[in-house]
Amino acid sequence: MKKIIFGAIASVLAVFNIQSADITINGGGASFPAPVYQVWTYSYNQITPNTRINYQSLGSGAGINQVKAGTIDFGGTDNPLTKEQQEEAGLIQFPMLTGGVVPIVNIPRIQPNQLKLDGETLANIFLGKITKWNDPAIQELNPKLKLPNMKITVVHRSDSSGTTYIFTDYLSKVSSEWKDKVGTGSAVEWPTGLGGQKNPGVCNNVFKVRGSIGYTEYTYAVEAKLNCVTLKNKSGQFVAPNMESFSASAANADWKNAPGLYMMLTDMEGENSWPITGVTYILVKKDFKDADKKDAMYKYFNWCLTKGNTSASKLNYVPLPENLVEFLQTEILK
Amino acid sequence: MFATDKIFRLACFICASIIGLLMLGFFIQLICSSLIAWEEFGISFLWSSEWDPVDEKFGALPSILGTLITTTIALIIALPLSFVSALYLVDLPAVIGKILSQALDLLAAIPSVIYGMWGLFILVPIMQLHVQPFLVDTLGLAKLPFIGRFIGEYYNGFGFVTAGIILALMILPYICAIMRDIFKMTPPMLRESAFGVGCTRWETAWNIVIRYGIRGLLGGIFIGLGRALGETMAVLFVIGNMTELPLALFDSGTTIAATLANNFAEADGIQRGVLFALGLILLMMSFGIQVFAQWYLHATSANRGEER
Repeated sequence: MKKIIFGAIASVLAVFNIQSADITINGGGASFPAPVYQVWTYSYNQITPNTRINYQSLGSGAGINQVKAGTIDFGGTDNPLTKEQQEEAGLIQFPMLTGGVVPIVNIPRIQPNQLKLDGETLANIFLGKITKWNDPAIQELNPKLKLPNMKITVVHRSDSSGTTYIFTDYLSKVSSEWKDKVGTGSAVEWPTGLGGQKNPGVCNNVFKVRGSIGYTEYTYAVEAKLNCVTLKNKSGQFVAPNMESFSASAANADWKNAPGLYMMLTDMEGENSWPITGVTYILVKKDFKDADKKDAMYKYFNWCLTKGNTSASKLNYVPLPENLVEFLQTEILK
Repeated sequence: MFATDKIFRLACFICASIIGLLMLGFFIQLICSSLIAWEEFGISFLWSSEWDPVDEKFGALPSILGTLITTTIALIIALPLSFVSALYLVDLPAVIGKILSQALDLLAAIPSVIYGMWGLFILVPIMQLHVQPFLVDTLGLAKLPFIGRFIGEYYNGFGFVTAGIILALMILPYICAIMRDIFKMTPPMLRESAFGVGCTRWETAWNIVIRYGIRGLLGGIFIGLGRALGETMAVLFVIGNMTELPLALFDSGTTIAATLANNFAEADGIQRGVLFALGLILLMMSFGIQVFAQWYLHATSANRGEER
């Protein structure tokens, strides 16, 4: 009997031994890019078997806290740290992916991207000042649409989230009333509406409640087949949310003059820019002790920024523009 | 022989005291972790209704009230239902009674997240499209003076009532199963004597069965109450998750448990302290209910003719 137990333990250890790589790198944080990160870690483990990367989807706040505490090697976050915050915590921050946050609606007989809104109207809806879909302010933007006399139900995130940070940052930029009353944050004091848990929860509530409007990462809206909204951008153009308008927004960013690479891609200039675009970031410790580990990790990030593009695009995320990738490679990931 | 007895006694003592230590540990840990919240907001945290994560101003009142409201609705619905079903189950012909009893036990074993999903996918649309329009638009309850304000004109299927109904369905099997077992324990002689002096079934149930099993009955109710107080996932799905003062029954709101589940993953600093403080409040509420139940049973035991 004892022999069998020893044998079993030995074989279990042997299995672990085969799987354990020379270097294991643990990351965690933002849940918005997690689908891409998971595909990346899987593909990367296939081609470089001696480096094992793990990414746990914990949420942006948890990513920041844990990389500060040193329990993980790199953290992912959607709400960037300012240069001062980075220096205080001894962290380096750089962008990894771009994606869009989109308002989604459930109004009977309204087609995808058919409803046009501008920033102020959107803010007023989320402030609870516009309560009916046939409100003159909405009708004026959509002269040809027959809008129903239906109550608007606002749906927002109930948990704290980088998506909310990007969305409220946009609303604060386009509406001074929003900025004063609510402000920007990964969780805010919502004036009206009902909350859904994570992106799927918001999608679900919008899907369930007729006359509702919510916001979510673009990927989730596509997967849930929910109707997006066309928004008026800073240049006065109405743009639909898609990969092109997200990249247009990213291309108009001046990364080189952004201290600490702190950048919000909301309300960007440019005719084709989608106004609520967001960047997701990676955080690593500045004085990373283990040199081998640091090498392997930077190699991995390099691979993600170059070879990882195709899998990111497939999942509706926009890879960073080429000039920014080059800048990152020469300045940070050297 | 003597030695083994000693060892066994010691082992039992350790195991039993772990429960007490665990309870004590929870209290100490919650108090320590929530200290920064109490220092910042003081005791007014309990009745402050503000919840602004951007300015880091927090108050517990919306969550506490939400917990109390949903629990009350749940008990109002579940108590009479489980009482009559338990009475019926005991008096049924053995075969049907057994099948229904099994179904009841099965119902108690369904994980809460399933109730939540059912609530979100089935109950919320029913509430939005049928129940709430009927109550508000057809019956015009919202237009009634005074009461109307508490019903609320605005509805979207989510809110306190929906959460209360889900909770009622969740605690019903617990309460009902315990009541059934208590009713069964009533000595047949007592029941038969009651019938013998001409009591109806209802009089027998009300005057004999309940009096005999009041301790167990209250125990069952408090188990249900405890579950309703702390239930998280099922409520979170359907309550609407708005941290503001509840004004009407169809409003969206939040409960302590739902607030904790929503915010814990990303909270740090003062907000984390606030969440621990909410956890402490919830624990105190459950604790208070237990103490009250024990006190009530003790205080009224003489009336029921129990021996002290």
